[in-house]
Amino acid sequence: MSDLECVVAGIRSINPFWLASAPPTDKKYTVTRAFKAGWGGAVWKTLGADPPIVNVTSRYGVHRSADRKIVGINNIELISDRPLGLNLKEIEEVRREWPDRIIIGSIMAPIDEQAWKELAIKLANAGVHGIELNLGCPHGMCERGMGSAVGQVPDLVRQTTRWVKEAVSLPVFTKLTPNVSDITIPAEAAKLGGADAISLINTVNSITSVDLDRMAPTPTVDGMGTHGGYCGDAVKPIALHMVAEILRAEETRGLEVSAIGGIGTWRDAAEFIALGASGVQVCTAAMLYGFRIVEDMIDGLGAFMRDKGYRSIEDFKGLARAKVVAWNDLNMNYDLKAVIDEKACIECGRCYIACEDTSHQAIRIDVKPDGGRRFTVVDADCIGCNLCQHVCPVSDCIEMKPVANGLAPLTWPHHPKNPMKAAE
Amino acid sequence: MTGKRIRTRGDEGELSRASIAANFGDLHAPLSEAQAVVEAARCLYCYDAPCVRACPTAIDIPTFIHQIRTGNVDGSARTILSANIMGGTCARVCPTEVLCEEACVVNHTEDAPVKIGLLQRHSVDSLLAKGGPHPFRRAPDSGFRLAVIGAGPAGLSFAHRASMLGHHVTVFERDEKPGGLNEYGLAAYKMVDDFAQAEISFLLGLGGIEIRAGKALGEGLELADLLRDYDAVFIGVGLARPAPLDIPGRALPGVRDALDFIRDIRCAPDKASVKVGRSVVVIGGGNTAIDAAVQAQCLGAEQVTLVYRRGRTEMSATGWEQELAASSGVAFRLWSAPVAFKGEGALAAAEFAATRLVEGTLTLCEQRAQIPCDMALIAIGQTLGETLAAASGLAVKGGRIAVDANYRTSLPGVYAGGDCIGSGEDLTVQAVEDGKRAAIGLDRELRARGKGGRR
Repeated sequence: MSDLECVVAGIRSINPFWLASAPPTDKKYTVTRAFKAGWGGAVWKTLGADPPIVNVTSRYGVHRSADRKIVGINNIELISDRPLGLNLKEIEEVRREWPDRIIIGSIMAPIDEQAWKELAIKLANAGVHGIELNLGCPHGMCERGMGSAVGQVPDLVRQTTRWVKEAVSLPVFTKLTPNVSDITIPAEAAKLGGADAISLINTVNSITSVDLDRMAPTPTVDGMGTHGGYCGDAVKPIALHMVAEILRAEETRGLEVSAIGGIGTWRDAAEFIALGASGVQVCTAAMLYGFRIVEDMIDGLGAFMRDKGYRSIEDFKGLARAKVVAWNDLNMNYDLKAVIDEKACIECGRCYIACEDTSHQAIRIDVKPDGGRRFTVVDADCIGCNLCQHVCPVSDCIEMKPVANGLAPLTWPHHPKNPMKAAE
Repeated sequence: MTGKRIRTRGDEGELSRASIAANFGDLHAPLSEAQAVVEAARCLYCYDAPCVRACPTAIDIPTFIHQIRTGNVDGSARTILSANIMGGTCARVCPTEVLCEEACVVNHTEDAPVKIGLLQRHSVDSLLAKGGPHPFRRAPDSGFRLAVIGAGPAGLSFAHRASMLGHHVTVFERDEKPGGLNEYGLAAYKMVDDFAQAEISFLLGLGGIEIRAGKALGEGLELADLLRDYDAVFIGVGLARPAPLDIPGRALPGVRDALDFIRDIRCAPDKASVKVGRSVVVIGGGNTAIDAAVQAQCLGAEQVTLVYRRGRTEMSATGWEQELAASSGVAFRLWSAPVAFKGEGALAAAEFAATRLVEGTLTLCEQRAQIPCDMALIAIGQTLGETLAAASGLAVKGGRIAVDANYRTSLPGVYAGGDCIGSGEDLTVQAVEDGKRAAIGLDRELRARGKGGRR
């Protein structure tokens, strides 16, 4: 049995699967159900100072794929709408009843030192393992100068992080919004403020759809809608990029990352860990399918590690990070050609039309004696772009074969066609 | 086997009226909108798709399914109907398992093809249910007047396309109602809710088409008169005469042509009122034999035996149809040819000779067997009938009206299509294609020669 134990910002967790601060971690009842299912930790739904906020209805919109699967959710729910005291009491109870599970207290306050510090101390006194600063919520709270309104101003990120670090001696996670142009800037600010880890991504600003009958965005509240926070499968590529940027940038070296964004399976989690994340947080998948999904996340990650011979999370954490480089560092002499396996081909023609209308017109159709069609790649025209392989519905039908051209690696800064070529 | 299960005497003894009515209900439940969208998402949206090449009318299947996926269901129906104006009937009765759905490439990646037939029905039914203006427009009046003989799939398809091209069309129909086999010759559970008539009134919504019922060729309607009164004639009369089965006892009460039996069912508002034998023998191996046998079960026959002179693989009924019959409790007796019907004043048994292949030729053996029965339904095919072609002077080839690649018969100005010409399989979808292509070919000819020009 592989050991899934991991350490995130000094906090030892039985597995890397935590629930993110969100509706599923709103109360003792649901967090208890999550821990029964096997989650290693939970970031309690963000708490603010009393009086609690008031929510609207409806709150969720969804983006679907053609087969009606939900690929993304958008929400306009605010932070916890329950009294602070009740939440603190429940946190204490859960900490007592589940001593081997992690509870992180997520907080949000206006730009006011006292407010941040008081909240952090109250959470610390309730027994949380760490504090997460919600500087990412992109809807509602930002209009009151909180959430992403803070996360988008590096100085405020640094300052709030600093305030909380001064108030408590617990690990501090600064949760960032992806709604910025360069994620390393607020991440660096968090580091300067003393953050132990970055949690990201928070949700992406979005309108999920427009109801063409009501001529209104969804989710619709009495005929009107507003932008909300987008999450789920669809945002995973954005999250992977931002996690990688923070973990490889010089300015943010040393920061740990608790990765969030479209994680629903063990494979998603393994990808973030491979980029260097210390642990992961999950929300949307649990909202859609329930806490039981963690069972396969635990089982699947363990099986993957056994297959690959990794005895611990540390064994493969960050193994892919060094492979994320700048475009300028890519080898321009590397060449691929698509090869179509005629026996596996089902003759759908998808590769042909993709190449014909987008790429380099490198696939030829011949009519076979039986009336069927044979699709062949014309090597001279194939630029190895991969589009045909991606659109092919048959796995292993189109193979991208490296060309043994014998050329030494060459990057753009040294390329003869580069007018700005570095002097050699 | 998909679709509903027919309740038989084996299930409940004497069938209740409710069970009989349920048996004649829709063979396949139509897809809901949500089901259609999910099913449409299974389509790979092939380029130059094999399913299109497998469709006799070349419906652009990937496009119409894509349109369902995008929520453009009206557009998807227009895509279907622009290639096949009877796409609603074809969606119900086409042997898709040997046409589009057999060619579907998803067969290679999953264990079932995209349900093209059901998706097509979803689109067309949705458009028809909406009502609204006819989706196609007529070209400016050409001044040509065309006559069509037979308001079956070929004749109506011809009429629709010819009217779209600007010609005025008069359709002469022998029966009281138009539709041909769509109205009278297909199993009732495939064409519920009077669909044939609903589709025809939709088709006529184009305008420019007039139907004259009760007019049969040779019975007051003469080809020569039509050629005098119209610029051209299209013959789509199908195969109206049952193939002869000259064996002793053929005239015994209880021995019927299967198409007559099917017609009785189609015409009966209350299916339970149609008489069926207790023990029924159906002779033949085509889809008509299956339609007759299964419907005899639907009506509550005690025992239905389908007798065919060759083996299962030689039956022209598709595997799917055969399975429908088998799962409905129809017994198959293969390699048996009828030699006599027995009975004193009424049918009591059918006698069969065992058959076998001797050097590739079907040969009757000495061995005889009798099946007791009080009803025998003959479904060994239909013929053109000898009088029609001879009386009109039309050249005949292989028992069907001879036509060239442009559907021209041997008589100038006379075109033909559908089952009466034998252009391929005797399928509704082929008849529709014949009518469409004949209209396009004739239009070219008429425009080339001009009004008043020589045929």
